[in-house]
Amino acid sequence: MGFGTLRLMQRYSFFTLARNALTRHQDWARAWRSPPLRPSYDVVIVGAGGHGLSTAYHLAKEHGVSNVAVIEKGWLGGGNTARNTHTIRSNYLRDVSIRFHDASVKLYEQMSAELNYNILFSQRSMIDLVQSWGKLRDLRRRSLAMALHGPTYQLISVDELRRRIPAMGDLQNVRLPPLAGVLHPEGAMARHDAVAWSYARAADARGVEIHQHTEVTGFLSDARGAVVGVETSRGVVRAGKVALATAGNTSHVIARAGLTLPLVTRNLQAFVSEPVKPIIDVIVNCPDVGLYVMQSDKGELVIGGGTDPYPSYRQGCHFATFEDVVASLIEVFPRFGALKMLRQWGGAIEFAYDASPIISATPRDGLFVSTGWYGGFKSIPIGGLTFAHLIATGRPHALAEAFTLGRFGGLRYLLEAGTVAQR
Amino acid sequence: MLLIPCPDCGVRPENEFQCLGEAVTSRPEPATLDDAQWAGYIHERANRRGQHVERWWHFACCGMIFALSRDTLTHAVSANAQDAWR
Ligand SMILES: Cc1cc2nc3c(=O)[nH]c(=O)nc-3n(C[C@H](O)[C@H](O)[C@H](O)COP(=O)(O)OP(=O)(O)OC[C@H]3O[C@@H](n4cnc5c(N)ncnc54)[C@H](O)[C@@H]3O)c2cc1C
Repeated sequence: MGFGTLRLMQRYSFFTLARNALTRHQDWARAWRSPPLRPSYDVVIVGAGGHGLSTAYHLAKEHGVSNVAVIEKGWLGGGNTARNTHTIRSNYLRDVSIRFHDASVKLYEQMSAELNYNILFSQRSMIDLVQSWGKLRDLRRRSLAMALHGPTYQLISVDELRRRIPAMGDLQNVRLPPLAGVLHPEGAMARHDAVAWSYARAADARGVEIHQHTEVTGFLSDARGAVVGVETSRGVVRAGKVALATAGNTSHVIARAGLTLPLVTRNLQAFVSEPVKPIIDVIVNCPDVGLYVMQSDKGELVIGGGTDPYPSYRQGCHFATFEDVVASLIEVFPRFGALKMLRQWGGAIEFAYDASPIISATPRDGLFVSTGWYGGFKSIPIGGLTFAHLIATGRPHALAEAFTLGRFGGLRYLLEAGTVAQR
Repeated sequence: MLLIPCPDCGVRPENEFQCLGEAVTSRPEPATLDDAQWAGYIHERANRRGQHVERWWHFACCGMIFALSRDTLTHAVSANAQDAWR
C-alpha cells in the first residue's frame, strides 16, 4: 500500500508510436496485467465499468490505497459503459447536480492528458430543441439555475437553431414547431471504451488489480454483521471494504447482503445508422418528443430516446419505443428517413427514487455503493473521485454530501429531471 | 410487444396498458412504524432480476388495475398474481 507502488506505465506518444511501427506493432506492452486472484485486499470494488475503474484509480492516486481488486463478472467496460451514447454535459437542475456534473466535465477536459490516453473528447456543444411552452419554461428555469454556477445554458432563437443545425428539415411542417433552442457549449462526447480502458491502464499502473470473468455471488460477514469480503465464482476474497459499482444489477447483488435499495432497473436502448459524410456537428436533444441524435467520428448517426415503459434487465430492443424514437427523428430530420439502421442494443440502467445518484455507505459496515447512474457516463470521473473519497475516509466528498442514502429517511429528495431517459 | 392478460378483457396488446411498477405489500399503518420503516415502505423496491410481481393499469379499455407476474430478464408473463398482491 502507498504511493510507492506506481509501476512504470508504457507512455503513449508520437515517438512510441513511431518506434512500435518499426516492429510492426508487435511489441506494445499490455495496457493492464492479469494477475492471479489473491485471498485478500484492502478494498474490493465490484464492477469494472467506468465508475468502478475510476474509483480504483482515484483510491490509488489521491488516497494511496492501491491494494485494490476490481472484480468484474464479464469483461472490463462491457456493461453500460460499452452501451451508452457517450454524451457529457452539466445542464442539470439542482444546485448539487450542476456543481457535481460541472466538476465532471472539467475532469473530462483534462482526461486525455492526465491519463495519457486519447479518449477522443470532442466538446461540440449540445442543443435542446424546445417544442412546447411547458418545456420552454422548464428549461429556462434550468438555464437560470445554471447561471448561478458557471456552465452555460443559454436560450437561442429558431433562426439560430436552423443556422447551427442545417440538417433539420422545414420545421414549419412538424407537429410541434420549435419555439426556441437552448445551447450548452460545454456539451461533449468521448469514446466510451477509451474512458474505461484509460482508467483501467492508469489504475493498473498504480498497483490496482483488475480481475475479469469473476462474478461476485455473495458477501462475507463478521460476527458484528460487517461485510469483510466477497464470495466469487473463483473463490472467497477477503477485503477491508467492499464497494459496489454494479449499475443496473445493484439491487440483485446487494440483496445477497440482505439490503434493499430505492432503485428500479429499466432498459434503455440506442441505435446507429450507416456511416455518412459529416452532416451534424452538435448533439441535438429534443426533450418534448424524446429523441437525441449526434454523429460519431465514424460518421454513424447515434440515436437514442426514452427508456422502455416497465422494469427490465433484458438489454434488448423494445419495438414500440424504437418506433417512437424513429418517428420523432424523421419528423425533425426528414432526410434521415433515407438512412439504414446498422445496429441497436439496450442496457440495464438503474434509477433511484428521486432520479439522483447514490454514493453512500450502507447499513452494513464495510459495504459502500455507487449507483443510480441512469445517465452516468458523464459522471464517471467525478463519481469515481467522490466514491473513492468516501471509501478511503469514511466521509462523503463535499461535492457528493447530498447523495447519501440518508436523504431518503428524511424525505430530502433531490428530484432531478434533466435528462431524456428520465422522461 | 407484450401480450397482457387483463382479468376483464382477456389477452390484449401492451400499448393499451400502463405498468405502474412493482407491487408492494399493502400500505401499513404509519402510526405503527418508526421513520426508517416508513421510509423503507415508500422507497425500497426489490427490483428483482427474474420473477417480479407488478401492477398494470388497463387505461385504454376497462380501467382495471391488477397484478401480474412477469420475468424482468425474459419478459415472460405468467398468470395473474392477485394473491401475491392483495
Ligand atoms: C443506451 C444507453 C445510452 C446511454 N447514454 C448515456 C449518455 O449519453 N450519457 C451519459 O452520461 N450516460 C448515458 N448512459 C448511462 C451510462 O451508460 C451509465 O450510467 C454508465 O455507463 C454507468 O457506468 P457504471 O460503471 O456504473 O456501469 P457499467 O459500465 O454497467 O459497469 C457495471 C459493471 O458491473 C458488473 N457487474 C454486475 N454485477 C456483477 C457481479 N455480481 N459481479 C461482478 N461484476 C458485476 C457488470 O458486468 C458491469 O461491467 C446510457 C446508457 C445506455 C444503456
